[in-house]
Amino acid sequence: MARMATTQRVVISTIGAWFFGFLIFFPILWMVLASFKTELEAFAIPPSFLFFHWTTENYATVQERSDYFHHAMNSIIIAGGSTLIALLIAIPAAWSMAFSPTKRTKDILLWMLSTKMMPPVGVLVPIYLIFKTFGLLDSRIGLVFILCLGNLPIVIWMLFTYFKEIPRDILEAARMDGATIGRELIYVLTPMAIPGLASTMLLNLILAWNEAFWTLNLTTSNAAPLTTFIASYSSPEGLFWAKLSAASTLAIAPILVLGWFSQKQLVRGLTFGAVK
Amino acid sequence: MKHVLGAVCGASCLLLAVPAMAETTLTIATVNNGDMIRMQGLTSEFTKKNPDITVKWVTLEENVLRQRVTTDIATKGGQFDVLTIGTYEVPIWAKKGWLVPLANLGADYDVADLLPKIKDAVSADGKLYAAPFYGESSMVMYRTDLFEKAGLKMPEKPTWDFVIDAAKKLTDKSAGVYGICLRGKAGWGENMAFLSAMANSYGARWFDEKWEPQFNTPEWKTTLTTYVNLMKEAGPPGASSNGFNENLALFNAGKCAMWIDATVAASFVTNPKDSKVADKVGFALAPNTGLGKNANWLWAWNLAIPAGSKKAEAAEKFIAWATSKDYTKLVASKEGWANVPPGTRTSLYQNEDYLKVAPFAKLTLASIDAADPNKPTVKPVPYVGVQYAAIPEFQGIGTQVGQQFSAALAGSMTVDAALTAAQSATEREMKRAGYIK
Repeated sequence: MARMATTQRVVISTIGAWFFGFLIFFPILWMVLASFKTELEAFAIPPSFLFFHWTTENYATVQERSDYFHHAMNSIIIAGGSTLIALLIAIPAAWSMAFSPTKRTKDILLWMLSTKMMPPVGVLVPIYLIFKTFGLLDSRIGLVFILCLGNLPIVIWMLFTYFKEIPRDILEAARMDGATIGRELIYVLTPMAIPGLASTMLLNLILAWNEAFWTLNLTTSNAAPLTTFIASYSSPEGLFWAKLSAASTLAIAPILVLGWFSQKQLVRGLTFGAVK
Repeated sequence: MKHVLGAVCGASCLLLAVPAMAETTLTIATVNNGDMIRMQGLTSEFTKKNPDITVKWVTLEENVLRQRVTTDIATKGGQFDVLTIGTYEVPIWAKKGWLVPLANLGADYDVADLLPKIKDAVSADGKLYAAPFYGESSMVMYRTDLFEKAGLKMPEKPTWDFVIDAAKKLTDKSAGVYGICLRGKAGWGENMAFLSAMANSYGARWFDEKWEPQFNTPEWKTTLTTYVNLMKEAGPPGASSNGFNENLALFNAGKCAMWIDATVAASFVTNPKDSKVADKVGFALAPNTGLGKNANWLWAWNLAIPAGSKKAEAAEKFIAWATSKDYTKLVASKEGWANVPPGTRTSLYQNEDYLKVAPFAKLTLASIDAADPNKPTVKPVPYVGVQYAAIPEFQGIGTQVGQQFSAALAGSMTVDAALTAAQSATEREMKRAGYIK
C-alpha cells in the first residue's frame, strides 16, 4: 500500500515536472516553430501548431541578409571576455570578503548591489561620452569592459555566498598539515568551489550574451553582437515574426547548447549550499 | 641615388594613396522596412559606380534606432554618416543644427520633381535637410467583394457617417469578419497617428494658438467616443493591442472589411504571395466630416546627414543615388515597378508602367496631396505636422496620451476619464517644457 502511494506520488510529481518544464520551454518552442512558418502563417489567428507548410526560407533570407558568423563571433568574444575578467576580479574580492570580513563588508556588498538598482539608461549619455572620448564606441574592448562592470556585483555576490559555505575548519586543517596558501587554494578550496564557480560563470555568460541595452547602444557594425542581429529583424511596417524567429533561434542556439552540456554543473552550483 | 629616392617616395605615396582612396566607409542607420532592405540589396550598384566608398548598414527597430541615433547625434558621437529619420525629426533636428543641409545633390537630381508636400516636410528655412526615400499618407482599404455582397458602394471621398454605417453592416462576428480594423496599440506613432488624423477631420487639434492642450474640447470627445464605439461594435477583439502589423495580418487573412492605415500597406494587401484577398481590395480617401480635412496623415522616411559626420561628401553622394529617379528605375528593372519606393516623386505618378501595376497609385498621390503639415487642422495651430506636433516633447506626450486612449478602447477606463487624464498629462508636460504657465 505504501509502495503504491509512493509510486503514485512519483507519477504525479513527474507529470507535474514535465508540465511545468513544458510550460517554461513553450515560448522557445513556439519561436522555433514560427521560424519554419511563412510570415502570414506566423501571424495567423487561430495559430497553427504543427500542421502548417514548413519552410526553411526564413533561415535562407536571414543568412543572405546578415553576416551571422560575424555577430556570433562578437557575442562569443564579448560574453566570454567580460565573464573571464569579471571572474578574475570577483574571485579575490569575494574570497577576501568571505574569509576575512571586516565590519564594513556587508555595507560594501550592499553598495555594490545598489549600483544594479539604477536603470542603465540613466547613465547612457555619460557612458556614451566617455566611450566617445576614449575611442571605445563600436569596439569589442569597450563592450567587454561595460558588461564586465555591469555584471560584477552579481558575480561577487554569488561567489561570496558560495565561499561562505566552505567550512573554515577545512582550511585550518590544511594549514595544520603545513599547506602553503598556494597549495591551500589549488588543492583544498578550488575543488570545493568548482560547482559555484561554474554556475557563476555560466550565469554571467548568459547575462552577457543576452544583454541588449549596452550592446545595442554602443555598437554600430564592427562590434555588433547577436542582439543587434536580432533587433535588425523587427519592422514597424511589414510582417516580420517568422524572420525574427529564425534570427532569434540562430542567436540562442550556441548558448542553448552550452547550457545543455553544462546543466549538471549549473544545477549543482545553484543548489550548492541550499541543502545542508 | 636621386632616382632611387624619387622612386621610393613615389611608391610610398601610391601605397598611402590607395588605402586612403578606399577608406571612405559610410555607416548608414536604417529601419527594417521592405524598401530599405531592397536598398541594402542594391548597394553594390552604388559602390560599383563609386569604388572609393564602402557601405556598412546598421538596421534597427524604429524606436531603438530613434534612441540610438538621438544619443549619437546629441553627443556628436559621429558613429553614423547617413541616418534614416522621419518627417517628425527633420524640422526639430534641423533647428538644433544637428543636420547638414543637402545642397549638392547633383545637377540631375531634380529637386523640383519631389512631391511638394513631402518636400515641405523635410525642409526648414527653405533648405532641404533630408531627402525623402519613401513617403506615405493613409487611406481606406476595403474589401470589394464584401461591399458588393452587402449592396454598398464606397465613395471615393467617404464620410465618417458612411464608414461607420458600412462597418456595422459588414460585421459578421460569427464568420470572424469585422467591419473595420483600426490601430489601438498605444504609442505616438501607433494609435495616436491614426487618432490625431481622425481628430483633425472632426475639427479637433492638439494645441490652440497659445499651446494650450485641447483634450477638454467637444471635438476630441466626439472623436474618441466615435472611435471607441465603432471599435466596440465593428472592430476585432483585442483591438487595443493592434498596430500596423497586426491589422495587416488581419486584413490579409480576410478578417477586416475595411482598414484605414498607411498607403504603403496597399502594396502588401494586393500582393498575392502574402494576402488571401489580394484581388478583392479597393481604395478610397480617408474619411471626412465635411469640415475640409480628411483623416489622413503624412509621413516619409528620409535620408539625412548628421552634423558630426566627417564623410558628408560621400554621404551626400549616397543619398543622391538612393533617392534619385535613376534609383527608382534600377529597382524597377531588378524587382519590377510594383516594388519601387512610393510617395516621393511626381514623375513616378506620371509613369504609365507604374500606374499599370499599382492600382492604388492615384489614391496614394491624392492622399498625400490632401494632407498639409503646415495647416493640418480646421482651426489654426502653432505647430507643424499632421498626426504629430513637431516639437521635441511630443514623443513623450503622444505616448502618454496614447496609453490613455488605448485604455479607453480596452474598456479599462471611460472616454471622459481618458480625456481628462490626457489633458492633465499634456498640461503638465507643456508647463514643464515652458510652453505655457
